[in-house]
Amino acid sequence: MKVLFSFLAVILIILVATMGAFITNLHYVFGIIIPYLAFAMFVGGFIYRVVKWGRSPVPFRIPTTIGQQKSLPWIKQNKIENPTSAFGVVVRMAMEVLFFRSLFRNTKTELREGQNGPELAYGSAKWLWLGSLFFHWSFLIIIVRHLRFFLEPIPFAIQALESIDGILQIGLPAIYLTDVFILVAITYLFLRRIVVPQVRYISLPADFFPLFMIMSIAISGVLMRYFYKVDLVAVKQLTIGLATFQPVLPTGIGPMFFIHIFLVSTLFAYFPTSKLMHMGGIFMSPTRNMISNNRMVRHINPWNPEVKVHTYEQYEDEFRDKMKKAGIPVEKE
Amino acid sequence: MYKGGKIIASLIIFAALFTIPFFYNMGKVNAGPDVALDTPAIQRLPASEQQCVESPEFMKENHMQLLNQWREEAVRNGQTVYINSQGKKFDISLQDTCLKCHATESASNPVVLNNPANSTGVSNPALNASPEFCASCHDYSAVKPLCWTCHFEPKEAVK
Ligand code: HEC
Ligand code: HEC
Ligand code: HEC
Repeated sequence: MKVLFSFLAVILIILVATMGAFITNLHYVFGIIIPYLAFAMFVGGFIYRVVKWGRSPVPFRIPTTIGQQKSLPWIKQNKIENPTSAFGVVVRMAMEVLFFRSLFRNTKTELREGQNGPELAYGSAKWLWLGSLFFHWSFLIIIVRHLRFFLEPIPFAIQALESIDGILQIGLPAIYLTDVFILVAITYLFLRRIVVPQVRYISLPADFFPLFMIMSIAISGVLMRYFYKVDLVAVKQLTIGLATFQPVLPTGIGPMFFIHIFLVSTLFAYFPTSKLMHMGGIFMSPTRNMISNNRMVRHINPWNPEVKVHTYEQYEDEFRDKMKKAGIPVEKE
Repeated sequence: MYKGGKIIASLIIFAALFTIPFFYNMGKVNAGPDVALDTPAIQRLPASEQQCVESPEFMKENHMQLLNQWREEAVRNGQTVYINSQGKKFDISLQDTCLKCHATESASNPVVLNNPANSTGVSNPALNASPEFCASCHDYSAVKPLCWTCHFEPKEAVK
């Protein structure tokens, strides 16, 4: 049901896109107005969400650690997994963001039939990590590669990335490795949600929808590049027009382009309202981005109320004479 | 905001990354590539012959697939003649058919000289770039076909 719901939603979006692609009068809306709107919604919504998160209080130190804490000098500290310096935290965050360190530690738990009845067994489970890594890196490379449509002249780094991506030189236009990787990885991520019963149970339409969206974007892109070709020079004129705020709409681009860009716009507009915000959220996870100095430094709850204190020194100053008279020992004469 | 400074700084970096194209292209004209379609070779042809292998719309979008097909036909199937959708015959050859019409005489051609995409060295096959006509588009869209390491262009295109 949940799968079907998301699937039908994406089919509906594809139908709208196809309509826009085949009605020439709508090209201005689909090629220029909607992309601008989606971009504004993406950047604005993203900033709004992060600011909203930033305003929520963080009263406790809650770093999670998997390494030896700094303690006695002869016990070796794990400076990255249990960092006590800002540098350590930066390295740990980089490992998290670039290589999904936490996901690498993913384990699977299962009940097995042992000799004396069922046994609980733990095992390493790296497939999700591998699939995610391939998926995210391919996605990133694909996005960076797309800068060739938005920059003129095209910087060398982007051309280099493109030629590495197409290094196999299979067919013309040459097949990009990342195109293959992202399709395989996203199919895996989707099948995982369908096939593993526990994961299927906790999956919501909001989990399937982005998967289908990204799948449809990747497929429309592949179709556009290899099968239903479009006039790329005209496409680049349109995109550069967008980037210079002097929109132009060249004729004869080809319908596949409008389908692709509408799907992309939908994903961008949807992004800030969805789980995809983990792109910003990962940087704000307190369990990962805090220095693990819970007991080395005194951390004061930022909203502690001002407490009136009367220290022993003040007490003694106030009552010293009376205390002396009563024969009670005082610290200061 | 807790750690407001860091969050705001990160958000500024985020916005800057996603608006690179706006700043990078600021104040530039959206000229598009300068494709020299009336080379001397084409002009010398009779008016009725001044057509590409297929329709220009088809060529713009599909020329690489056509070339792939040609290569397949020539190298694998031993075909030497391509019959286009109008029934016209063309010799299958990248250098002697495509580049016969599409070779621009680089140094003397103002269209080519004025196109910043065609800075010196672009048409040097050793540098792996395409001949002028092809490069005018390819540089614009960062396409670098590796054909020219083996398929040398006619002399006048290199000059
Ligand atoms: C109208 C502009 C234009 C002209 C002129 C042009 N090309 Fe292209 N060419 C392109 C574009 C755009 C692509 C990339 C297509 C894609 O990525 O889908 C391309 C791709 C190619 C590719 C595939 C390269 C790859 O690695 O994917 C080859 C080969 C090619 N062109 C050969 C030629 C040759 C040979 C000529 C000159 C006779 C030529 N082209 C002229 C625009 C042009
Ligand atoms: C490693 C060298 C090499 C590279 C790189 C190369 N080719 Fe070729 N190509 C050949 C050879 C050798 C032949 C066979 C020539 C013959 O049979 O006369 C050939 C033949 C062809 C033919 C048919 C016959 C002819 O003379 O044109 C076409 C079309 C062709 N190649 C297109 C391409 C395209 C397009 C590219 C770039 C994507 C390319 N080739 C890259 C070596 C190469
Ligand atoms: C008989 C001469 C001739 C031959 C041979 C020829 N072309 Fe063309 N080509 C033309 C002409 C003329 C045009 C312009 C057509 C027009 O705009 O009406 C053109 C246009 C093109 C365009 C579109 C450029 C644009 O921006 O409109 C491409 C790409 C192209 N040719 C590639 C090729 C390739 C690749 C080959 C070899 C397979 C080839 N041509 C062979 C004459 C030729």
